[in-house]
This record gives sequence, structure tokens and C-alpha cells, in this order.
Amino acid sequence: MENVKRVDLIFGEYTQEKYKILEETMKKSNEQIITEMINSGLKGRGGAGFLTGMKWKFTAQEKEPTKYVVCNADEGEPGTFKDREILTKVPRKVFSGMAICGKAIGAKIGFMYLRGEYSYLVPDLMAELDIYHEHAKRFNLDFTIELRMGSGAYICGEESALFESIEGKRGEPRNKPPYPTVSGVFGKPTVINNVETFVNAVMIMKYGAEEFKKIGTTDSRGSKVFSISGDTPKAGIYELELGMTVAQFVEEFGDGDTKAVQVGGASGFCVPRKKFKDTIIGFEGVPTGGSMMIFNSSRSMYNVLHNYLDFFEEESCGQCTPCRVGCQQLLKGIQAVKKGEKPSSYLNQLLKLSENMKITAKCGLGQSVANSFSSIVDNFKEEMIY
Amino acid sequence: MPEIKELVKGLADKYGRARESLMPILQGVVLENNFVSDIAMTEIARELDIATAEVYGTATFYSFLDTEPRGKFVIRVCKTITCDMHGKKRVIEKIEDLLKIKMGETTQDKKFTLLTTNCLGWCHQGPVMLVNSTPYPSLDENKVTEIIMEYMSK
Ligand SMILES: Cc1cc2nc3c(=O)[nH]c(=O)nc-3n(C[C@H](O)[C@H](O)[C@H](O)COP(=O)(O)O)c2cc1C
Ligand code: SF4
Repeated sequence: MENVKRVDLIFGEYTQEKYKILEETMKKSNEQIITEMINSGLKGRGGAGFLTGMKWKFTAQEKEPTKYVVCNADEGEPGTFKDREILTKVPRKVFSGMAICGKAIGAKIGFMYLRGEYSYLVPDLMAELDIYHEHAKRFNLDFTIELRMGSGAYICGEESALFESIEGKRGEPRNKPPYPTVSGVFGKPTVINNVETFVNAVMIMKYGAEEFKKIGTTDSRGSKVFSISGDTPKAGIYELELGMTVAQFVEEFGDGDTKAVQVGGASGFCVPRKKFKDTIIGFEGVPTGGSMMIFNSSRSMYNVLHNYLDFFEEESCGQCTPCRVGCQQLLKGIQAVKKGEKPSSYLNQLLKLSENMKITAKCGLGQSVANSFSSIVDNFKEEMIY
Repeated sequence: MPEIKELVKGLADKYGRARESLMPILQGVVLENNFVSDIAMTEIARELDIATAEVYGTATFYSFLDTEPRGKFVIRVCKTITCDMHGKKRVIEKIEDLLKIKMGETTQDKKFTLLTTNCLGWCHQGPVMLVNSTPYPSLDENKVTEIIMEYMSK
């Protein structure tokens, strides 16, 4: 691979000895762990990209005696399948990361929230959890991990909806603030991180912040696990260095006829061919939780957008009006324009509506519909009309 | 229905009777009965000492917590864009053909229910479907026929 740099941090061999990195890390002070995390510049891998070290620090500072660690394994973003691979191949790294976080912030219980679609992973994960608990006992670590299952709701990947779901309620996002670091699951200070984020934490403990920082760019430190699908001869999971352009990515993974790449799933951005060269994949350009969907020129971008809007309309929790009604209207709107029932100028009204949702919707779902909507409509207007 | 009472009691003994036990109990009922009936909801509410409306509200929020009777084998075909691009439609038509039902329906013998679902996380090997909790990736008409035939004989 000439265009992209492969990395082997996440899936690389753990250690010969079970839970060795975790055992070593237990010798560090909580301050050392958090400082190392902050220095590494690691940003969350679940999409939003908040600095992980800061999240840990804020939660550690809370005076409340009961705190929790939550691992977000809900992986519902269309086009993402990397957390499943991580949980299958290196579950020990994930549990180690949760335990390191638990020690650093002073939590005794961790929850892994796994999407119902992945329930076939449960037997293996439970067996691995038994092994983890044996080792934790061996070095006197008071941190237990429990598995909680979702039941087919994309919105439960949103952190506060996920907490509601663990608490046995409808997965409806909460108002923010308060943020999870102050009031998370069961109203207690909580660190919630993506599966891949926890694995990165372990690798930072192993190699140190300085080594970790050598990979990637100033804004996007480390590697990223990409889930690559669509019109590509090389669909699959790849761990790559952040900071490449879409052009380099397409050169490596496209089928020679790529017309657009959807970066970050249905809630991400569509990059058309003419912008491949100038768009960087990472926090300084188009961020991604890992989903990369490639479309060649035989594909109708109207169908792509229709599919995403179907998804949002179905998965909106319905709690707030801008999102509940907005998603429906956007979907109906593009159908009406396509059928000729509305003039093409109606698209401008729909664009305005999506911008409105960005400001007024209660959570990230409704707020991010505009990402794919405007990037597809703006760049492929003719396909929306004819 | 004494069996449902027994089932719910057993699940509550296992997972506890706090509000947070509601999800595992509902999931346990679906695993056993393929859906959560009104009677089951009332029974859960009684067991956890919460309003039936709370149980209903939670159950109906989640697409995998079916509140309508489902077949013994629930087939969920992924309808997200990549599976769509790689032949989801032909796979669905084949299943409809084999089971003689339309999307959303259950066979007369209550053995199969056919549904669609959002991204199952197998986009690199689409189209994919779940049969209960087992994923079947890289489907085409032949492969899906084989799989359905096998379930038919179960
Ligand atoms: C609608 C919606 C769905 C989300 N789904 C996921 C998900 O499946 N997995 C995930 O890790 N984060 C998801 N997130 C982001 C979480 O809310 C949260 O930011 C993340 O788990 C934090 O972890 P990180 O800092 O390690 O990225 C979602 C956010 C929204 C708004
Ligand atoms: S934006 Fe959508 S998903 Fe989020 S709270 Fe509002 S209705 Fe629910």
C-alpha cells in the first residue's frame, strides 16, 4: 500500500502473558495515567472526538464516591463494523482499557453495552470476562465488568440514551448539561468511551504518550480502524494512520470509478470526486467513527440519500419535534421533488430545514442529519431532480 | 397463563427486581416466546412493582423487543445502503418465494417471520441477514435457499 499507511496498534499482539499491560499499569499512580492520556492527545473514536484524557480527568475530579465506566459497543452507524472485529479479536485489550480507566477515576463497576445485533458474541465475551475477573483478583484490582444488551435501537449509541437503556428505560436522550462526567448512568459521574478508544488507552499505557503521538497528525493522533464497504474490491477492516486525503484513500480502495465517498456513515459527510484531493480524513477535515462507504458512478446518490433518510426517520426517538417531523419532511420532500410534484427550488427549503434541525434538535441524531443531507444535495443536485 | 408467570418469575429471580432489570427480563421473554405479550407485560409489571405502562413504553421502544407474535425463527434482512447495493432485493424476493409470505408477515405454521432491519455491521460482506441471533453474510439466491431449507427442516 503506497497511498495509505497501515498501522498495527489495535489488532497487534497483546502480550505473551495475559493482562500484562494492565498489571504493569496498576503500578502507576492515577495522576500519571491521566497525565499520560492527556499528553497523548487521544480523541474519542466513537465519532464526536472529545479528548479522552480530559474526560477521564473531569470524572476523576468529581467528589461523588460511586462512579462508573461504560464501554459503548452499540456500533449502529451504517457502514461501521470495526468494534465487532475488535471485540472478537482483542477483547482483553478492551477490558484492560476499561479497568485502567476505572482505576484512574475511582470506579468499581464497568458496563459494556453491546448492541442486540451482536448477541452472538455474548458466549465468547462472557468466557473472556471470567478470565478478566480472575486476573483482576490476582492483582487485587477492585473493578468488575458487566455486560448489558441493547435491543435494536440506533439511538442507544448516543451516550445519554445508552444510560437510560442501561437503567431499563426507553432510550431517549437527556438534556445536556449535565454531562456524563458529572451525571451519567444512575446519575453518577461516568466515563463513556467507544470500544476502540479503550484499546488506544491500553496502547498508550504500553508505549507511552510520546511514541503514540508519532503516529498521525497534530489534530488526529494515532491510528484509526476503518470499516470499508461499497464499490471496492477490498472491502473490510483496515487500521490506518490518520491524516490521509480522500484522494489517497480512493486510490487505494476505490474500483477506479469512484464518484463519492461517504465518510462517517449516514450521519457523516459525502465527499464528491472534485473534492477528493483537498479533503483530509481526520478531525481537521472530515471526521469519521470509521465508516467509509464508497460509491461508483453506477450508483444513484438519490437512492443513497433516500436510504439514509429512511434510516433516520425510523431511528429518531421521536422525543423532539425538529427531528421527529424534520426527518419525515426531508424524506417526503426529496420524494416529491423527484416525482416532479415540487419544483427543484424546494430543495433549498429542505436545506434550510436541515440547517434548522442542526440548531434545534435535542441530540446528535437530529443535529447531524444535515451533514449527509446538505453534502449530498449540494453536490448532486441534478441527481435529486432528474 | 401459568407458563408466562413462571417464566417472568424465573427471569426476575435471575436478574433482580430493580428497574434496571427490566431490559434483561424483556429480552429473556423474547428469547423464550419470540415476543412480549400483553399478559407478559402485566406480569413483569407486577413482579417489578411498576406500572404496566412503563413496561409497555420500554418494550415498544426497541425494535428487537417484538410486541406482536413472531415465528420461531425471526429473519431480519439488513436494508442499509451497502447491502441494498449488493443484492438485498433479490435475497428478500427469494425468501418471500420460499416461505410464501410477504415482508413483515409470519408463516401460517408460525415458524418464520420475515422483517428488515437497519445496519447489522456486515457491510463488507453484504447482503446479510440475522436468523434469531445468528448472522448469515455474503448471501445470494442460492445461499439463502440453502439456509432457509435447513431451517425448514428444523
Ligand atoms: C445518534 C448517535 C449514535 C451514536 N452511536 C455511537 C456508537 O454506536 N458507538 C459509539 O462509540 N459512540 C456513538 N455515539 C457517540 C456517543 O454519544 C459518545 O460520544 C461516545 O460513545 C463517546 O466515546 P468516545 O469519546 O470514546 O468517542 C453516538 C452518538 C449519537 C448522537
Ligand atoms: S434529535 Fe431525534 S433522536 Fe435526538 S432526542 Fe430529538 S427526536 Fe430523539
